[in-house]
Amino acid sequence: MISVVALIVLLPFAAAVAGLLGSRWPRGGSRTEENDRAAARRAAWFAIAPVTASSLLTLWLAVWSARALPRGSASYTGSEFWAGLLPGSTEGTLTVVDTGSVPISVTLRADGLSILIGVLVVVVALAVQVYSVGYMRDDPRYASYSAFISLFTSAMLLVVYAGDLIVLYAGWEIMGLCSYLLIGHWWEDRANSRAAVKAFLVTRLGDVGFLFGIFSLGMAAGSFRIDAVLSADIPRGTLITATMLLLAGVAGKSAQVPLQTWLPDAMAGPTPISALIHAATMVAAGIFIVARLYPAFLGAQPTLDVLGVVAAVGMLGAALAALAQNDLKRVLAYSTISQLAYMAGGLAAGSDKAAIFHLLTHGAFKALLFLGAGAVIHHVGSNLMSHMGGLRTSIPFTFAGMTIGFAALMGLPPASGFFSKDAVIAAIEHSHSPAQPFLYGAALLTVGVTGAYAMRAWLRTFFGPSRVEALPEPPPGTAHVFDGREAPRSMLWPIGVLAVPALLLGFAGVSEVDWGSALVSLIVALLGAGVVYTFWRGAPHQDPARMLGPFRTACERAFYVDEAYRAVFARPILRLAHGVVRADRQVVDGAVRGSGRLTMGLSGVVRLAQNGNAQLYVTGLLAGLLLITVAAVVLG
Amino acid sequence: MHIVYPVVVSALLFSIGVYGVLARRNAILVLMSVELMLNAVNLNLVAFDVWLRDRLHGGQVLTLFVIVIAAAEIGLGLAIVLAVYRNRRSIDVDRLRDLAEGGSPEVSQQSEASPDRAAVGEDADREARS
Repeated sequence: MISVVALIVLLPFAAAVAGLLGSRWPRGGSRTEENDRAAARRAAWFAIAPVTASSLLTLWLAVWSARALPRGSASYTGSEFWAGLLPGSTEGTLTVVDTGSVPISVTLRADGLSILIGVLVVVVALAVQVYSVGYMRDDPRYASYSAFISLFTSAMLLVVYAGDLIVLYAGWEIMGLCSYLLIGHWWEDRANSRAAVKAFLVTRLGDVGFLFGIFSLGMAAGSFRIDAVLSADIPRGTLITATMLLLAGVAGKSAQVPLQTWLPDAMAGPTPISALIHAATMVAAGIFIVARLYPAFLGAQPTLDVLGVVAAVGMLGAALAALAQNDLKRVLAYSTISQLAYMAGGLAAGSDKAAIFHLLTHGAFKALLFLGAGAVIHHVGSNLMSHMGGLRTSIPFTFAGMTIGFAALMGLPPASGFFSKDAVIAAIEHSHSPAQPFLYGAALLTVGVTGAYAMRAWLRTFFGPSRVEALPEPPPGTAHVFDGREAPRSMLWPIGVLAVPALLLGFAGVSEVDWGSALVSLIVALLGAGVVYTFWRGAPHQDPARMLGPFRTACERAFYVDEAYRAVFARPILRLAHGVVRADRQVVDGAVRGSGRLTMGLSGVVRLAQNGNAQLYVTGLLAGLLLITVAAVVLG
Repeated sequence: MHIVYPVVVSALLFSIGVYGVLARRNAILVLMSVELMLNAVNLNLVAFDVWLRDRLHGGQVLTLFVIVIAAAEIGLGLAIVLAVYRNRRSIDVDRLRDLAEGGSPEVSQQSEASPDRAAVGEDADREARS
């Protein structure tokens, strides 16, 4: 069983290696157009086939797990929420690395939680790979791009199936690297590579805390194995410290306050990458890790309270920021932060089930939205909603897909978001945490704002007068000028496939709907959407975001968090760096150069004696001899 | 005869020689002064040889050696002086300053050598670059 799990993780990794090394082999690097096309075709095969195999294996694993008896082939049985759905679990250790203190066991483990997230990852990754074939058709670096996606998928699968915290951390770090590589895919533009560096640095800041959290958990438990850590009897103080440190990593990867600033900038990458990062891999890892270590978090109530406050601030702030953005992808990026904050809120409220449920549905509908947005951008040739409008007739298929996605985002029945968001809100409503009133208020307000910004994006993109204009020269990142057709079929298929779970996945939780709170949130969402609709109806040419009034600029700049960070952290550090450079140049280099100059000056004085007159030399010789003789006589 | 007389004479001769080496500007006179110093030493050697009644007469033997070497040396020295004179039309020791550190005003005669040196430097540079 465990070899299947290993295969699931390793197949995309092999695809990455093959794609990086093999797509141009053996014809080498002569970059003719024909060679490029052949390499891209081969890279597409390398990218899609292993992920497909991985998906099939994952599905088979899910079926096996669902059929397995509660006491299946492995010992792991718990009272977790997935026990009823996917009771089978398996665990296997490939090797144990002796470190001298706490050993690292290279362990893979598949249980209900892993399989649920694993299915999400492979499905979204497969959709993204297929979609990329069309989206990146003319990109000269398609081969490396698809290989990095494979590596990204493999790393996320490693995180999901890891049975040991250090193994998990390895996958976690590879994901950070891949996000850097992919966000900076069009590095010719300086802004893109800056965004990539920013994403890398910000997530790295959280990763430092994460690593130390792992260390303190592992040291306290005497093992890095997850089940050993969870079953170990760890003192409460250690547990709180460790989970707080882990929370830093979670905030970094899942783009929660205060480390959320990298995610909107990560839109510099190609759109399929945004779909992958926002739906299935990077940001999902943070929520997943909390759910994976949930018993530890439950033992540390202060951490959950902090998580609740962070989530409350993040969900409302990001939703408001999304309401004022003009860039379609940035709207979706802020909505991701907001929705992830919902999941974090659900976790803080004590319901990992609701959070994971929302993670799954969000993965489906956010991937759908991003792929749809990619199709729209492909079609229009611009990211800005002020260049869109009236697209529902020219691209009806994308319109249908994105309508489902936006409905799920707003939480309108019967789309999946309705059920999962309701589960989260009901969990928040019934929690007893001290942050509960704050969190619940923020959650309800955010539902309204979510309705508003989703409605605004939908209306601005697909309704109203057409503002499409052909761009003179397409910049990198926007593949085509306006050509008035739907995207190629390889881009439409993933949208269609993802629309199914985005619409129907919610019915998995239909039996547990809390209809009272569902009704409240539905009314709030419709209220928000209705306000936007009224404003838009009044003047379809204008942006409904004007209803924010003077508050709009603040929202558009995401409440000046970036500016504040720049002023508080970036500038002083840069100034310090300049100071260090100056000190190095003037003090250290100055000492080195000064010693050289001093030697030269002194030697200049000595050189005066070296005037070529042999008689002078002999005089000096005799004088010295005389001195030595006198000294010998006097002192001896 | 007391040993003091020859020693004083040789000291005087040596001093005259030192003075000549240090102060004369004519190269031939400098060579003559060197000769004076050598002969002062010879005188010493012979005087002490007699005074010490050395059975092997090491001092006298050494004196013969010194005379031979002095003859060779003066031959060599005069040849050099002749060669310098042919090149420079001068045997003024004060003006023969080719050994000086660069930049002193007396080395203006060296200017013809500098293009060569520059060429050599360029060659070295080219080699270093390749």
